[in-house]
Amino acid sequence: MASLLRNSGKITTTAGLIARPGFQGGRGFGLSSFSLFFSSPRRFQTTESESRVDSHCYDDEISQKFSVLGGKVPYTSGMRFTSELPEEKVPCYRVLDNNGQLIDSRNFAGISKEIAMKMYTDMVKLNTMDTIFYEAQRQGRISFYVTTTGEEAINIASAAALKIDDFIVPQYREPGILLWRGFTPQDFANQCFSNKFDDGKGRQMPVHYGSKKLNYFTVASTIASQLPHAVGAAYSLKMDGKDACVVGYFGDGGSSEGDFHAALNFAAVLEAPVIFLCRNNGWAISTPASDQFRSDGVVVKGQAYGVRSIRVDGNDALAMYSAVRSAREMAITEQKPILIEAVTYRVGHHTTSDDSTRYRPLEEIEWWQMARNPLTLYRKWLESNGWWNDEAEAELRSNSRKELLKAIQVAEKIEKPPVGDMFTDVYDAVPSNLFEQEKLLQQTVTRYPQDYPSDVPVRAVPSS
Amino acid sequence: MTVRDALNSAIDEEMSADPKVFLMGEEVGEYQGAYKITKGLLEKYGPDRVLDTPITEAGFTGIGVGAAYHGLKPIVEFMTFNFSMQAIDHIINSAAKSNYMSAGQISVPIVFRGPNGAAAGVGAQHSQCYAPWFASCPGLKVLAPYSSEDARGLMKAAIRDPDPVVFLENELLYGESFPVSAEVLDSSFCLPIGKAKIEREGKDVTITAFSKMVGYALKAAEILSKEGISAEVINLRSIRPLDRATINNSVRKTNRLVTVEEGFPQHGIGAEICASVVEDSFEYLDAAIERIAGADVPMPYAANLERLAVPQVEDIVRAAKRTCYRSSSLAATA
Repeated sequence: MASLLRNSGKITTTAGLIARPGFQGGRGFGLSSFSLFFSSPRRFQTTESESRVDSHCYDDEISQKFSVLGGKVPYTSGMRFTSELPEEKVPCYRVLDNNGQLIDSRNFAGISKEIAMKMYTDMVKLNTMDTIFYEAQRQGRISFYVTTTGEEAINIASAAALKIDDFIVPQYREPGILLWRGFTPQDFANQCFSNKFDDGKGRQMPVHYGSKKLNYFTVASTIASQLPHAVGAAYSLKMDGKDACVVGYFGDGGSSEGDFHAALNFAAVLEAPVIFLCRNNGWAISTPASDQFRSDGVVVKGQAYGVRSIRVDGNDALAMYSAVRSAREMAITEQKPILIEAVTYRVGHHTTSDDSTRYRPLEEIEWWQMARNPLTLYRKWLESNGWWNDEAEAELRSNSRKELLKAIQVAEKIEKPPVGDMFTDVYDAVPSNLFEQEKLLQQTVTRYPQDYPSDVPVRAVPSS
Repeated sequence: MTVRDALNSAIDEEMSADPKVFLMGEEVGEYQGAYKITKGLLEKYGPDRVLDTPITEAGFTGIGVGAAYHGLKPIVEFMTFNFSMQAIDHIINSAAKSNYMSAGQISVPIVFRGPNGAAAGVGAQHSQCYAPWFASCPGLKVLAPYSSEDARGLMKAAIRDPDPVVFLENELLYGESFPVSAEVLDSSFCLPIGKAKIEREGKDVTITAFSKMVGYALKAAEILSKEGISAEVINLRSIRPLDRATINNSVRKTNRLVTVEEGFPQHGIGAEICASVVEDSFEYLDAAIERIAGADVPMPYAANLERLAVPQVEDIVRAAKRTCYRSSSLAATA
């Protein structure tokens, strides 16, 4: 059914990047059918090594100098088309096996207990927030919500591997990074209820969080438009010579947008310190990855643009942490873009406006929830270190739940933003026509209060 | 000083004054600019500040917006504004609305510039006027210079402005030369955004225009004066915000209005000006407002057809006369 990229049993334990081998054509595939048209000596030749058949030769120095392709290009007399798919899918980096044990302890750089613990507690808080806010939407208390269920490791582990100076340019399924950086349950709730304490002044739908203080660009609904933004911001960091990078998040669906291609191409040309982090969760609303692209996922597109890339198990918190740490190092010291494809599964529905059981089997959802559940997996590793137990789990879950329920209750009762806030920030300074419109509106609401909701406070907008 | 030199010097001076200002676009560097507006800037400021981009308007516009989010001040060139359609999602949804959507946390001090409207013999896909499209969107400022003074002053204002600005130039005006005062040549010269200029005072009919049409309106005013009609010509300079005050004050004085633009008539700049005058100065009008615009067809290529598809000086003269009851309206003769 969903031809989602499942880890086809090929697990590698190298801690660093895996350079994609430059794949040259279907050896066992294309040439053997080619050889059917020729006599036996020909067929015999196809099984020999390439050098015999083709005698690779390179241009002389003059031709190389003026070459359109830059540098030495080998020439071959054998006509071969590079296959549309590699012989083997790009290996997926993972650190923990299904029992939460390190597969190869030599290849894992390590993590401090403090960060390791915060990673888990934040993953649990994120998971709890999703459950409670989703329920709140179902109860009609908030209008809309987007869960991150199944992708907690991507959110939290990537945030843990970055520093506060690194700019985050999210899509909309990455609230965990804000959580890691200090956004409180009350902050989340205020935005979802668009009350007067919402940093966004009630201007956007729920989950469109943003925080200048925490270096997290405000979520916009447009898909993949944030990727060229990430490159532009990275260019700015490059000009300033900062020890920081930008991380642009997007999904498998987002990789189809024109902006994705422009961003990767440009980032490579500009040599911008940006990490492109793809959450390949198999689904773009009801479109499975097999209808989204026909390549081997998103990781192979990196090389097409000259961008170093890696495929990581997105449900393995330690693998995510490790990969993002390395990617950050490379992006900053080498001033180049890196592409990370985090393979995962969107356990929840696309949003509260979706019912995913209509287009995918329940068994598939349940399998992913059990098989490589990021929380369960990571918890096993923590417990094997003696850092966690059932009591701590129960306490954490209970406290998180209480805190979030309280946050909702409080947010629900807070006033909405004043009417004057509707007219500010269109421009840097409020223009005279908006100032007049606000005054007129204020007068009308004051004169006819029975026609307007009672929870909309009226307040004068400061004159420009 | 030619308009081209005016733009070049304005950009040069602002780049010199503020290291955060940088240029991006196709052919702006090595080629010195498709229309030579950015001539010499690559040599002077280097490839870090003058970027030749790959051919992806959507890409480099998005990148410019991202850089602006992070504190740089990009000037993004579109080879013509027709190509800005490839990038319009970023102009509208990323640049125009971000300050509002982020509640002031993300500001976008970016300038989008390039030639707009008809040139000469470039056909349908290279001749559209985009002033109405951009001017309808809150969050953007839209400027349209006419003279070299306008070009210098408005470009500097655009670069210094913290909001996203769409700067609509005109290819045929680049080579035109205008006298400039010493004040205009000073590097601190700047024009206010949102103020129109009365290019020629008059008392019988108001003619509003922007960009190349200002020149046509002035010629028309000259012809009209010989026939005893004194026309007041307003150079809009700023399409958004539109200087409603100057336009209405003028109409209250003359009681007649002719709006002139090169672009398509429906939902154009003239339509907005008409609405504004009807709202604010209805009782002052002595005649119906005349709206002169381009023909409601994609721009044809053949020279004779192209000439018929854009307003000419005679069209403006005839319209002004109609408002002065010197000739009957088109409807009456039908």
